Amino acid sequence: MKAYDIVKKARDIQRLSTIEIINALCSDFMELHGDRRMTDDQAVVGGVGLIEDQDPITIIGIQKGRNTEENIRRNFGSSGPAGYRKAERLMKQAEKFQRPVLTLINTAGADAAPDSEEYGIGEAIASMLITMSELTVPTLAIILGEGGSGGAIALALSDQVWMLENSIYSILSPEGFASILWKDSSLAAEAADIMKLTATELKELTVIDRVIAEGEKGKTFSNEELAERLIPEIKTAFEELEKQDSKDRVANRYERFRKF
Amino acid sequence: MALFRKKKKYVEINPRRADELRERRAQIPDGLAERCPKCQAIIFQNSIESDYLCPKCNYHLQFPALKRIEWLVDEGSFREWDSNLTARDPLNFPGYQEKLDRSQSSTELKEAVVTGQAEIEHLPFALGVMDSRFVMASMGTVVGEKLTRLFEQATEKKLPVVLYIASGGARMQEGILSLMQMAKISQAISKHSQAGLFYCTVLTHPTTGGVTASFAMQGDITLAEPEATIGFAGKRVIEQTIGSDLPEDFQTAESVLKNGFIDHIVPRKKQTQVLRFLLTAHRTPAESAGV
Repeated sequence: MKAYDIVKKARDIQRLSTIEIINALCSDFMELHGDRRMTDDQAVVGGVGLIEDQDPITIIGIQKGRNTEENIRRNFGSSGPAGYRKAERLMKQAEKFQRPVLTLINTAGADAAPDSEEYGIGEAIASMLITMSELTVPTLAIILGEGGSGGAIALALSDQVWMLENSIYSILSPEGFASILWKDSSLAAEAADIMKLTATELKELTVIDRVIAEGEKGKTFSNEELAERLIPEIKTAFEELEKQDSKDRVANRYERFRKF
Repeated sequence: MALFRKKKKYVEINPRRADELRERRAQIPDGLAERCPKCQAIIFQNSIESDYLCPKCNYHLQFPALKRIEWLVDEGSFREWDSNLTARDPLNFPGYQEKLDRSQSSTELKEAVVTGQAEIEHLPFALGVMDSRFVMASMGTVVGEKLTRLFEQATEKKLPVVLYIASGGARMQEGILSLMQMAKISQAISKHSQAGLFYCTVLTHPTTGGVTASFAMQGDITLAEPEATIGFAGKRVIEQTIGSDLPEDFQTAESVLKNGFIDHIVPRKKQTQVLRFLLTAHRTPAESAGV
């Protein structure tokens, strides 16, 4: 498959989403709202859940809308500073109550708008990176669709980073890349070919740890099937991470990103 | 000139009727009925269910503290703390002691907050419930003392705290000493938090002033009842300051949620269930290890 075909799949708004994974993973979940500064950014969904009625987990994800109305409410999955500040608040709580943190990423990038600039989108992402680098609880990030730029890594400074087979993770969109390098955004497909943004390429570069198959024997899984396969993997990963001493986990994570 | 001579006819009533009405009204006991602040329906006391919702429009009516505790927690699980602490008049403020006496006799409370320890489905926690019938549940020195002790004892016993808040803000009659409670309580909350313990607030109508600016906004999780007024400065004060009207939904729980300061609005019917979930999800490491 050409890289740009994967880009198109990654952008499909019917793909497996944060909310579907939350519902499949948690027996009970409560969404928590607000950045305690100015608003509640609904591009980011976050809260606390229980796995099998007993193990608490913090889950934070970016949610794209499935239709126009929902997309407007969720700002097409592009969070502004308030979304990252909400995420940061929930991560600090997870640390306080020693809950693991699962982040789910599907964003073309952080919100590019005057308001977001004025309220410090850069600072909000920067602060998230510091917070994530200081967490001592187990952390796992999964890129579900688009992993666009700073808006994605803000939620992906984790012990492990996984990608769904047809998701992408890049410094910016192929359109943006083409327009900066070749001053022509219509060359996005060519850009995608050389950007190394697919899961397989990124696994080779050890930017990510695992690629999650989205189908087998030529058949693509439905969202329900994919979630069903993903859930036990997530549980096992957290069990493995919890076995490590928190100091080792933090040191490993430091090395994980140090090597680049 | 017939126009001026014509005497207007009024309806005649028995002059004794007004006195009669007054007499009859005096025979109706106080507090038998009240009006719903939202739908204006007359609600008879005996038609109010144990959750104090307006039977007509479901508005969350003022909930007497002891009734709320009885409704919320496992039957018989509540143990009151510091029940001997009584409101006092530290600055000899004119008329204040009489006001306290009146509040004490009408509410059968000694101050505007009841504190203690309780369980929801056998999950233990420290509980505080404020009662706005008592001098608008404003924050006097004894309210501050009871809340501070609530957090201190919860820290000692490694218990999470659930606090039902309602308050008009600082208690004017206790002046600067009331202001000092904001600092006093905040310190105790910070120690409780540093011990890794969970603090959940439920903001009820009205949560305002110095209470909003301190312990109402310091919870790990902030819940609110539907349509509760939540704010710092009063609506009238702001309108007079800026010289224009404010929107209808100004300082409602719903708008404060949108502005990012509340985690969730939880109707009364769901509160026990939500608190059970949150107490389970925020077990402290010591608790889950069975210590």
